[in-house]
Amino acid sequence: MGKITGFKEYERKVESYAPVGERIKHFREFTVPLGGDELTKQSARCMDCGIPFCHSGCPLGNLIPDFNDAVYKGHWEKASKLLHATNNFPEFTGRLCPAPCEEACVLGINEDPVSIENIEKNIAETAFSNGWILPQPPTQRTGKKIAVVGSGPAGLAAAQQLNRAGHLVTVFERDARPGGLLRYGIPDFKLDKSIIERRLEILEKEGIEFRCNVEVGKDYPTSQLRETFDAILLCGGATIRRDLPIPGAELHGVLQAMDFLTQNNLKVSGDPFDGEVVTARGKHVIVIGGGDTGSDCIGTSIRQGAASVTNFEILDKPPVGRPENQPWPFWPMRLRTSSSHQEGADRCFSIATKSFVGDTQGNLKKLLTVEVEWIPGPDNRPVLRELEGTEKEWNCDLVLLALGFTGSEPNLASALGVEMDSKTNIEASTRDFKTNIPGVFAAGDQRRGQSLIVWAISEGRQAAHHVDTYLMGNSALPLKGSGDLPRV
Amino acid sequence: MRKQGLYLPEFEHENCGAGFICSLQGITSNDIIHKALDILEKLEHRGAVSADGKTGDGAGILIDIPHGFLTEVCDFDLPPPGGYATGNVFLPPSTNQQEYCIRIFEESCRKENLEVLGWRDVPVDRTIPGRIAAETEPHVKQVFIRPHFTPKDPLQLERALFIARKRAEHAISDSRLSESDYFYLPSLSTRIIIFKGLLMPLDIRKYYLDLQDPRVVTRLALVHQRFSTNTFPTWDLAQPFRYMCHNGEINTLRGNVSRMFSREELLASEWLGEDLKEILPVVLPGKSDSATMDMVVELLLMSGRSLPEVMMMLVPEAWEKNEDMSPSKKAFYEFNSCLMEPWDGPASIPFTDGNYIGAVLDRNGLRPSRYTVTKDGYVIMSSETGVLDIAPENVALHGRLEPGRMFLVNMKEGRIVNDEEVKEAIACKLPYEKWLKENLIQLKDIPYSKAPLQEDKVPLAKRIIAFGYTQEEIQHIVLPMAREAKEPIGSMGADTPVAVLSSRPQLIYNYFKQLFAQVTNPPLDGIREELICDISLTLGRDQNIFDPTSEHCRKLKIHNPVISKEDLDKIKRFGQQPEFKILSIPMRYEAARGLNGLEEALEVLLKKASDAVNQGVRILILSDRNTDEQQAPIPALLACSYVNSGLQKLRQRSGLSIIVESAEPREVHHFALLFGFGASAVNPYLVNEIIAQQIEQDSLPQCSFDQAIANYNKAVGKGILKVMNKIGISTMNSYRGSQLFECLGLKTDLVEHYFPNTPSRIQGIGLYELEREIARRHQKAFHTSDIPGNMELEIGGDYRWRRNGEKHQFNPLSVALLQKAVRMGEPKTYRDYARLVNEQSEQLMTLRGMFEFTNLDPVPLDEVEPWTEVVKRFKTGAMSYGSISKEAHENLAIAMNRIGAKSNSGEGGEDAERFYRTSGGDWRNSAIKQVASGRFGVTSNYLTNAAEIQIKMAQGAKPGEGGQLPGPKVNPEIARTRNSTPYVGLISPPPHHDIYSIEDLSQLIYDLKAANREARINVKLVSEVGVGTIAAGVAKAMADVILISGHDGGTGASPLTSLKHAGLPWELGIAEAQQTLVMNDLRNRVVLECDGQLKTGRDVAIACLLGAEEFGFATAPLVASGCVMMRVCHLNTCPVGIATQDPELRKKFDGKPEHVVNYMYFVAEELREIMAKLGFRTLDEMVGQVSKLDRKKALDHYKAHGIDLSPILHKIPVPGNRALCNTEAQSHRILESIEFDIIERAHPALFRKEKTALDLKIRNTDRAIGAIISNEISKIYGAEGLPDNTLKLNFTGSAGQSFGAFATRGLTMVVNGNANDYFGKGLSGAHLVLKVPEGSTFRPEENIIAGNVCLYGATSGKVFINGKAGERFCVRNSGAVAVVEGIGDHGCEYMTGGVAVILGETGRNFGAGMSGGIAYVLDTKGRFGRKCNSETIHLLPVDDPEDVQGLRKLVESHYNKTLSPLAQRILENWEDYLPQFVKVFPEEYRQALIRLKNEQLETL
Repeated sequence: MGKITGFKEYERKVESYAPVGERIKHFREFTVPLGGDELTKQSARCMDCGIPFCHSGCPLGNLIPDFNDAVYKGHWEKASKLLHATNNFPEFTGRLCPAPCEEACVLGINEDPVSIENIEKNIAETAFSNGWILPQPPTQRTGKKIAVVGSGPAGLAAAQQLNRAGHLVTVFERDARPGGLLRYGIPDFKLDKSIIERRLEILEKEGIEFRCNVEVGKDYPTSQLRETFDAILLCGGATIRRDLPIPGAELHGVLQAMDFLTQNNLKVSGDPFDGEVVTARGKHVIVIGGGDTGSDCIGTSIRQGAASVTNFEILDKPPVGRPENQPWPFWPMRLRTSSSHQEGADRCFSIATKSFVGDTQGNLKKLLTVEVEWIPGPDNRPVLRELEGTEKEWNCDLVLLALGFTGSEPNLASALGVEMDSKTNIEASTRDFKTNIPGVFAAGDQRRGQSLIVWAISEGRQAAHHVDTYLMGNSALPLKGSGDLPRV
Repeated sequence: MRKQGLYLPEFEHENCGAGFICSLQGITSNDIIHKALDILEKLEHRGAVSADGKTGDGAGILIDIPHGFLTEVCDFDLPPPGGYATGNVFLPPSTNQQEYCIRIFEESCRKENLEVLGWRDVPVDRTIPGRIAAETEPHVKQVFIRPHFTPKDPLQLERALFIARKRAEHAISDSRLSESDYFYLPSLSTRIIIFKGLLMPLDIRKYYLDLQDPRVVTRLALVHQRFSTNTFPTWDLAQPFRYMCHNGEINTLRGNVSRMFSREELLASEWLGEDLKEILPVVLPGKSDSATMDMVVELLLMSGRSLPEVMMMLVPEAWEKNEDMSPSKKAFYEFNSCLMEPWDGPASIPFTDGNYIGAVLDRNGLRPSRYTVTKDGYVIMSSETGVLDIAPENVALHGRLEPGRMFLVNMKEGRIVNDEEVKEAIACKLPYEKWLKENLIQLKDIPYSKAPLQEDKVPLAKRIIAFGYTQEEIQHIVLPMAREAKEPIGSMGADTPVAVLSSRPQLIYNYFKQLFAQVTNPPLDGIREELICDISLTLGRDQNIFDPTSEHCRKLKIHNPVISKEDLDKIKRFGQQPEFKILSIPMRYEAARGLNGLEEALEVLLKKASDAVNQGVRILILSDRNTDEQQAPIPALLACSYVNSGLQKLRQRSGLSIIVESAEPREVHHFALLFGFGASAVNPYLVNEIIAQQIEQDSLPQCSFDQAIANYNKAVGKGILKVMNKIGISTMNSYRGSQLFECLGLKTDLVEHYFPNTPSRIQGIGLYELEREIARRHQKAFHTSDIPGNMELEIGGDYRWRRNGEKHQFNPLSVALLQKAVRMGEPKTYRDYARLVNEQSEQLMTLRGMFEFTNLDPVPLDEVEPWTEVVKRFKTGAMSYGSISKEAHENLAIAMNRIGAKSNSGEGGEDAERFYRTSGGDWRNSAIKQVASGRFGVTSNYLTNAAEIQIKMAQGAKPGEGGQLPGPKVNPEIARTRNSTPYVGLISPPPHHDIYSIEDLSQLIYDLKAANREARINVKLVSEVGVGTIAAGVAKAMADVILISGHDGGTGASPLTSLKHAGLPWELGIAEAQQTLVMNDLRNRVVLECDGQLKTGRDVAIACLLGAEEFGFATAPLVASGCVMMRVCHLNTCPVGIATQDPELRKKFDGKPEHVVNYMYFVAEELREIMAKLGFRTLDEMVGQVSKLDRKKALDHYKAHGIDLSPILHKIPVPGNRALCNTEAQSHRILESIEFDIIERAHPALFRKEKTALDLKIRNTDRAIGAIISNEISKIYGAEGLPDNTLKLNFTGSAGQSFGAFATRGLTMVVNGNANDYFGKGLSGAHLVLKVPEGSTFRPEENIIAGNVCLYGATSGKVFINGKAGERFCVRNSGAVAVVEGIGDHGCEYMTGGVAVILGETGRNFGAGMSGGIAYVLDTKGRFGRKCNSETIHLLPVDDPEDVQGLRKLVESHYNKTLSPLAQRILENWEDYLPQFVKVFPEEYRQALIRLKNEQLETL
């Protein structure tokens, strides 16, 4: 398979970015694809391992060595088939996934890992541009009707799978357009919305019905849902944002990141939006939260023309390399620098915000912080301790809270009688994705709590299999099989 | 001994000493009898001692009928010699039953018009037999019979006697007499008589008082002493048999017997007429291989063939590829190959019918047979030379039996008839050439009409699913074979579940495991020794074997029985003519009818086959074409075996040959099984179609369809050859129908019905479950809706882990957890790992997973022996430096030495630097030094520095196969440790060339013990049915430790077929070994060790409870060192620096000794916890306590519930407190060696380096001379040894085997006389001289002076041999310089270094696999070129001045040391002789020299 000595001959390369000065002028994607036969070389670095840990590290179970080999041999269409066999939307994960596969890549033990994600993206794009991605409606219909509530990656993946099995699938979306976080959370410079449209068009042509601007339980009675559909799959996501209940949190200029990002995405798409226009232009912006959402806020703020962008993270600055206690192939907590970080943000670690200070009009002007350290607690869990004398004051006009999500909204669940756990995730096990109510299933962030797109697609696919089994007694929809690497 | 536990009696083996002596002038004497028996005595060391040390395994002597004596002692008149027959008769002890038998026998004689003249009680001394023998001692009488008619020829009388005897045997056997088993006639002849019994050789004459009577005289005596691996011999199996005796083993026996059975269908003869029924079966069941062969010999003699002709039929020489053979002889062999398949295996077969006495040797020459002709007219033949004292001046000639050749004495004419003469005469008896030309149809000659026949209507995509193909199989099996015409290679061990425990539907082939040769017979090397192998077959109807006619060869000949669709189309069309009918019948059943449908379809299939025979069909095609929605395929193997065995039961099997046209077979293993169960050709049509599709999809660039198919078929053919070679079979004709497989996980009733006579020991699934698996595939293909986006084919995951593929014990999580545990030193993480592995094995991946602990009797943990004691029983597996990097290799050694455990050098030698501790206190020395077939780096010093020496008989990952280290991997460092040339590839042959049988192993154990008497000798075996019997033999051969490896052990490179399909789990092997050793009271003498994917303390605990007391780990400690199961060891690209020699990659090695120590500690602690729970304070208490194991109660697996583990848990009932573990040391007889006497006298040389010379006597019982002294030298002086010629030993006499074994520098040993096999084995720097004794008058250069396999694995030193040597001279020589005056076949095989000068003729296949060193051959007759295996070598003139000078110097030395007249002639006529020398220069060596030169230039 592939080239036996490829990993010794070629160095890792991934697509590059347009220069910062240029790319921050717009909201479009700014990657520069690898040219020539570089992808062949990159795929030649794959070693066709006896145990492909990448395949284990990928929550979808992508057949990474197999598609790498196909790419190496120039069999792009075959690669696309292999990729789509485990991943409904490689064009999303190829852009947005943090690539746990690459952390688990065997070559990554002592070299740079294979550029799996970039290869994945290119397979998807090649397939689209060659017209290989065509609607594939099912050959026969079962007559069963399924409601998928929520059109994020989990819902879309499940819908496509279930439709393939011949069921009639209706996707309910309370927003104006399908896509969930993909559409409203991820900035266009990371995922151009045309990429979503392109896929949605396929899904629609395959026979999936989308009902947007319909919030089940509000615009559509729950009882009708139960009566009309043979099965219901809840993929509403983990939408409850964590807030920061400190003095001054109510000040004008303290904003949830999701509100900020959604508005910007609507603006970019030319869609209408409610409420006050928020912009970072000319402002000193502080983004609290060092995750992906925080990073998206940084990139967006910079593009909006912020005077400065600072990023706080309460955790310690992780090492650049792997921490010793999180050895290969496990997913390591290490310093990750996104393209947005590169665009000019100060990153502060081990820092906690104590209060916001506003002017008399209630406009945010400053915030106060303290440095923290993490010490081992009673059951060896690290606990936070503030360091005396490290208080600091920061000038700022806009604070974006990117603190993560704490669970899903309970309305629909309770209307359906579906049980939730203490974190307001819906109770359903990955064994069958069944909730306590027969015929009602849950998947994605709404079931597992906030997570990655790749997990959402994965859950949608697995859940589809179980919904199909529930309806038909058995299912030919694929499962990914065991082998997920746990977190350590 | 009856079948019990895992022990099956049919797997007993025997090996023997045999010989004969005769007077050419026909002089009769009583002395010959005593001389003959003396021969046996001198061969005693070739045998083994049974547990009681008294009862022999049987011995006997065949002599002329002593007419004069008999007339004097009989109280009735005897006709003149030849006019009557006599023989000893074994009768029941009780008088009434004796009388009954006598009456039946006499009646039977009367029916043949024979008159019993009288009976004579044979005087015997009943005090002689041992206790066991006495229990079954028969009453012996002699019977005298004369014909009531005047025989028109001697044959007529012989036939009457034969029928009378046979009829009586059957009648008595069927009589239900309680003592009917006693009745047996060793012989009944007009010429010879046999005295034999369950006696020691010495006791024969004491028991049979007649033999001591001086009036008992004979011209000839054939003697035999039997050593069986086990201790359950019987009186009737003592040898000689009626016409022959046998030293060796018939590997092909099962196929031969089954084919003989089929042949009986057609037996017909005028002289037999109606009597025929009464003499059948020809082959009585339950007899030894030799007894069976004798029965067939007898039958063929009755057909009127002469004894030499019969021997030619049964043991043909390798004629197929012999271009020098005369056309008439070739035709004889080819014709007879249509009648009879070779009885193949190591075999030296002395035979006689009283008129002829002679011997024949198997085509491989795997047994030694030396003969001497004396001037006073005697011929003496035996396994060794020097067994009788003969004055040098009385010797006319020393010779040896050559492979496939016959040595024959015509007693009537009083002369030795040479092989050519006797065979040519036989070959010209009938017009074989003409018959063949007119009748034998060659497949390649049948024209092809270019119009393909029938195609399936169902699309390929569906059919590949129905037949269970995976993407992996196409990518990793089919395509590589189609591309490269070679079987794909893999590495590391198999860690997937055995078929019966897998939850994925399995093809039926996966329930069968290939058997392989170990110890009792050698595997072969079909690549390097291709000329003795052949896979062609003839197909068609068999004919009456009694009466050869042209019709017998009216057959279709196929050169590679793996055929393409085109070939099959040709055959089908050809079969449309009435005189060669061919019929195709479908292998399908109605899927909807499930089990019943399948069962009925099989019966219908058999019925159709049977009808076909009646209709005169000659070839039957079983086809699973046209599988569709309704019709599911019957597994081809099931159908083929059922038709094969079913027709046999119906007595119709000989009517036709079977061709299988199936979509199923794709792996070599599948094909091997089909042939093994009766197919004669196979067309894998779906593979053909897949290849076409792949070509369309551009997956086979630059390869045409025809080429790809040819490649694929060739790859399978080669692969099958390898499978055959594994069990020691060289021709497909013998392999076909031989059923050399063991079932794992099939119910007995299924096996008995469809695969009769195949061992299956733990039950498993039946036809119902098999059908479910077929149905699952069929369902998937035809009754599952198509889901867009789904993969068409399953991914596979058998060879490389995939989420949806087969389960693997080492998977991402278990590897990750283990590495984290040992690196971070986290007991908790280890527990997670162990739980995962133990649980996953309980989820039914292994047999041990099905056990649970029971009978708990907890003791406090701190009372259990500490982990530091436990780990002393731990070892790491044999991985050579070469297969893994220096860093990884030393890491293991350091770790194991730190904790008092043992690491294993593997087969790659070891750098002597590592023998000494480093200043830091660490020690890189491997405690266990391996001796494998390549003998790399095996020197006296290497052996001296071992605590344990392991003889690798087989390796779990590839039992029965050799290995290869390609040239580019042999960097200068590795070359140094292996004593080889850099960049010259190294081959480990499949067999040890000094172990072709158990007595040879015993010899090697002796050699190694002599080379280091403090070291334990460990013999590594691989689990398979019969391994217990072999272990018992190995224990008797004086091994200290016996290692039983599981089939799943790792490897650096192995064909995928072997990785998956050869060998069995250690659970079976260890239990069988334990049971058999305990049964034989041998267990206390040996340590039993176990390895094969041991991963956790639970694994160790189970191995211990089943009988193991030491434990080996290989994959797991490698994983602890950083291995991530890349499975690319064979590619040199290991990315973590373990299995690679690439300097850049080696830098990436990140393992530390602590990691390995942590692993061993964790395992030991887990084991201790289990011990505490079970109630054992020490491991010794725990060994073999099977009552602590039980089958797991809750097993939820539809296939597993049929498995019966009770044979594994069987406890052998033994008297008293017989030990279940090792309690005493073996009593090696090393201290009896004459070397200790020499050492005493050689004190000044050994300790003060003073030149010393000693004169000594030697005889063939003095073996491995030089090894002990060398051990002493190595202890003091290390690898350096002493200065050359410090100690000179002058011996006179015949040197025993292994003379000069591992002899080191400083020693010079001269033998005036001759020598046996393995002369100069492992030579480590000494000088050896072998010259004809003073007083000899024969020409030395025409005289055999040294035996087979001289200089095997020699690394340095010099050897001068004043005469000819036998087969395989200088095999695997890597540095010694040798001069000899002629050699046998396979000279310089696998040689990698050194110089061989052959001043005379060589045998065939010279230089096979030779990759280094140089040979100079004096080719005066210009025939040398034809005898070479020119694959790897160049033949050049000797013209380089340096070469010329070097050669001349060697010839001069040869003359100086031996006074060789030949050397003198050459030197005197140097200019004439020089052009006749040929330089043999291996291509690889040439390239290596260039590369080395360039490297030197670079460094300058």
